[in-house]
Amino acid sequence: MFRKKYDVIIVGGGPAGLAAALAASEKGAGSVLIIERDNTLGGILNQCIHNGFGLHWFKEELSGPEYAGRFAAMLKKTAVEVAVETMVLSIDAAATADGLSVVRCISPDESVSDIEAGAVVLCMGCRERTRGAIAIPGTRPAGVMTAGTAQRYVNIEGYMIGKKVVILGSGDIGLIMARRMTLEGAKVLACVELCPYSNGLNRNIVQCLEDYGIPLYLSHTITGIRGDRRLESVTVSKVEGGVPVPGTEFDIECDTLLLSVGLIPENELTRNAGIEINPATKGPKVYENMMTMTNGIFACGNVVHVHDLVDYVSAEAMRAGAAAAEYAAGKRVAGRQIGVKTGPGVNYTVPCVIRPDNVEKAVDIFFRTNVPRKKSVINVMSGDTKIAAFKRDYMAPGEMEKITVPKVLLAKAGDTLTVSVSDAE
Amino acid sequence: MFDVLIIGCGVTGAAAAYALARYDLRVGIIERFNDVACGATKANSAIMHAGYDPVPGKKEAVLNRRGIKTAAKVCRSLDIEYKKLPSLVVAFNEKDMEKVRELYERGIANGVKVKLLDGDEARKAEPSLSPDVIGALWTNESAIINPWEFATAMAEVAVVNGAVLMLENEVTGIEKNDGYLTVNTDRGSYSASYVINAAGAHSPDICAMVGDTRLKAMPRSGQYYVLDKEEGAKVGSVIFGCPDENGFKGILVAPTVHGNLLVGPTSDPTDDPEDLSTDPAVLSRIKAAGLKMVPGIDYRNVIRQYTGIRPTTNVRDFVIDINPCCDRMIDLASIASPGLSAATAIGEEAVKLLKKAGLELKPNEFFRNSRPPVTRMKDLNRIRRRAIIKKDPAYGRIVCRCETVTEGEIVEAIHRPIPPRSIDAVKRRVGAGLGRCQGGFCSPRVHQILSRELGIPMESICLDKQGSFIITGKTKN
Repeated sequence: MFRKKYDVIIVGGGPAGLAAALAASEKGAGSVLIIERDNTLGGILNQCIHNGFGLHWFKEELSGPEYAGRFAAMLKKTAVEVAVETMVLSIDAAATADGLSVVRCISPDESVSDIEAGAVVLCMGCRERTRGAIAIPGTRPAGVMTAGTAQRYVNIEGYMIGKKVVILGSGDIGLIMARRMTLEGAKVLACVELCPYSNGLNRNIVQCLEDYGIPLYLSHTITGIRGDRRLESVTVSKVEGGVPVPGTEFDIECDTLLLSVGLIPENELTRNAGIEINPATKGPKVYENMMTMTNGIFACGNVVHVHDLVDYVSAEAMRAGAAAAEYAAGKRVAGRQIGVKTGPGVNYTVPCVIRPDNVEKAVDIFFRTNVPRKKSVINVMSGDTKIAAFKRDYMAPGEMEKITVPKVLLAKAGDTLTVSVSDAE
Repeated sequence: MFDVLIIGCGVTGAAAAYALARYDLRVGIIERFNDVACGATKANSAIMHAGYDPVPGKKEAVLNRRGIKTAAKVCRSLDIEYKKLPSLVVAFNEKDMEKVRELYERGIANGVKVKLLDGDEARKAEPSLSPDVIGALWTNESAIINPWEFATAMAEVAVVNGAVLMLENEVTGIEKNDGYLTVNTDRGSYSASYVINAAGAHSPDICAMVGDTRLKAMPRSGQYYVLDKEEGAKVGSVIFGCPDENGFKGILVAPTVHGNLLVGPTSDPTDDPEDLSTDPAVLSRIKAAGLKMVPGIDYRNVIRQYTGIRPTTNVRDFVIDINPCCDRMIDLASIASPGLSAATAIGEEAVKLLKKAGLELKPNEFFRNSRPPVTRMKDLNRIRRRAIIKKDPAYGRIVCRCETVTEGEIVEAIHRPIPPRSIDAVKRRVGAGLGRCQGGFCSPRVHQILSRELGIPMESICLDKQGSFIITGKTKN
């Protein structure tokens, strides 16, 4: 039975939710509830049976379920409550007279309930872009699905989804599925990538494609899908300047096309709650402590921006969970606000706003660059004044960047900071 | 032996079956696909047209007007998703205005309450319209509808009243016998006193099977974009561009009853009525046409594209008559737009024609004009939802996150008079998988529920039509 009121409610029990709940509890929140729509905690980690998780956080290589299991075990020692098979339908921020938010959810056991929360942490993660979103032309046979859906069929349900596979997109899930399908006895014929570079982690290119001799077609895309009932073949075209080049088409006979064409933070709940969204990330804008622009509503993990490694999700979620607990206990942050803007070479930043009074020693700024780069400099400017600069030997859009700006330097900044990337001289 | 055998269970066949359910008859319906409403009914603009489009005097004009009136009643009594929504035909220049005025005249002649608006009045009626619109035809006698549910509900009532639906039966030939017809399919033979040809794009083929070659199929393909609800919320009317030079309705921008936005269709001749592929050049034409009318559409929120086939023929009107070569067959052919709007009236015409052809019609004293109720959790208040979940907790278990469809609603649909048997059929019944993630999350779960409820192995469940298998077997152990 739900309580009428919790200090902190966590929406989503994936990696972000698990860490946020743990941190909230450690920070002294007396009552914490995780609301998870699936029938078990762990989120997408449950279907990620490959290893490579936890190198930063646990200093060892774990599988997805193991990584989630570690957090779940830690949570067991706390008073955090978990509601599975429960989906949040709406969030009404600061809706009650005493400023509590109201979370409405639905579940088989508890029916439709309204629960009050001192603070809410959004941890809904992201979803995959679909065929429709990128408008691949052709027929609509079976055998075309997102890599994540395929992963669920193969790893959780134990079903094969095809024998001759083409993968569109070289994002990490696509690469992981290339290896998985190969190990399950399917023939992976090609991985086709629109960009002139891969969007996945370098280690996945090596371990999932190169080790199995799977060709990677960079600057190519799928321009045709054929088959009436089941997929029969796809057309691949070379791409220049984002447009398929006529005359470069070739067909690959296959029965399966897996799409790994990007992830979109899942923010319908956020939008409906009237929380400001950053168009660059499609996730909520956040302060340095992961509070959204709406008081009492925090967010972390892939719902804010798509991360490359789950370890970084956990770290971000720990900060969000701790800050949510403090908020529920009555802590409010006042003082100056510094807006963080994107300059050339930077796609987005998290956070969008920094309140120096709430920074202990230093603030981490996360971002992704727009193209692969060799020796580069990350500049943090306030107007014409350079506040800080960071050198990198290598940068790629597939990997998240982090810079740490000390509090003393923030004191030098005006109302805005601009983060940009340029080639090193 | 059937009294009446209907070939095709799209909206036309379903409407005929629904109209016949009021009489004491043995009715059979054969359908080549594994579900009802799989042809033109599956992929169209989902509009109930007011009736200013058809040339006055044509069957299209008369039945469009009659159809939308009865359809509104049918939707109310059978609880079919339907929403009154004004429509506009917009003009960008004087040439367009001529067409708009012509449609205005047709509207008046067809008995539609139409108004001519100038640009500012049009934008007042529909604020999303482009500043370049100089005038428009306006009416509030139009509506949007869930075409799948419309057809399925009418077919369900027929089945509840005793009609026999035989899916996965493709007609291969028709034999004329003394006093009856035999319809052969790839699955068997069915005899009937009368046959209704409601075979959509293939109705000319059915005519040819009784020796009537006057109809030539000239199907036209129409492609569409479906956009997320964020876009659907931007538009409050059905907005048409001006008809093209061939007289086919222009590209439209319209919300759907599910809250999405449709942009389309094109109208291009095609040789192959089975070809439902989409084409980038055509889609970019649609994109431009949509933006011209509603500049605020954000195509980054596209969630799907689809192609529909209009069953047009060489006759530019509905062909609704006793077949000239077979007085035991009623043709409901060449039912292109406004076929959905006219469907209920076409069904009633079929009954009249059967009577004219000699069929004795006795009222069915057990007729029930209803179907099992549909639970739509999303539309219910908290108290109602709580009561339903208390009775069956499955109604509290969300399966489709984007459209918040529960397991209870899916199970309920699977046990209805016409059970959906594929993932897409479930989508058409309850909306699971219709949303922005396009079934990415819920399709493996719907797959399991179908397998469990129907007692069919996972490997046998299809994505859509028969043979569209999703999984190829178990992983190696």
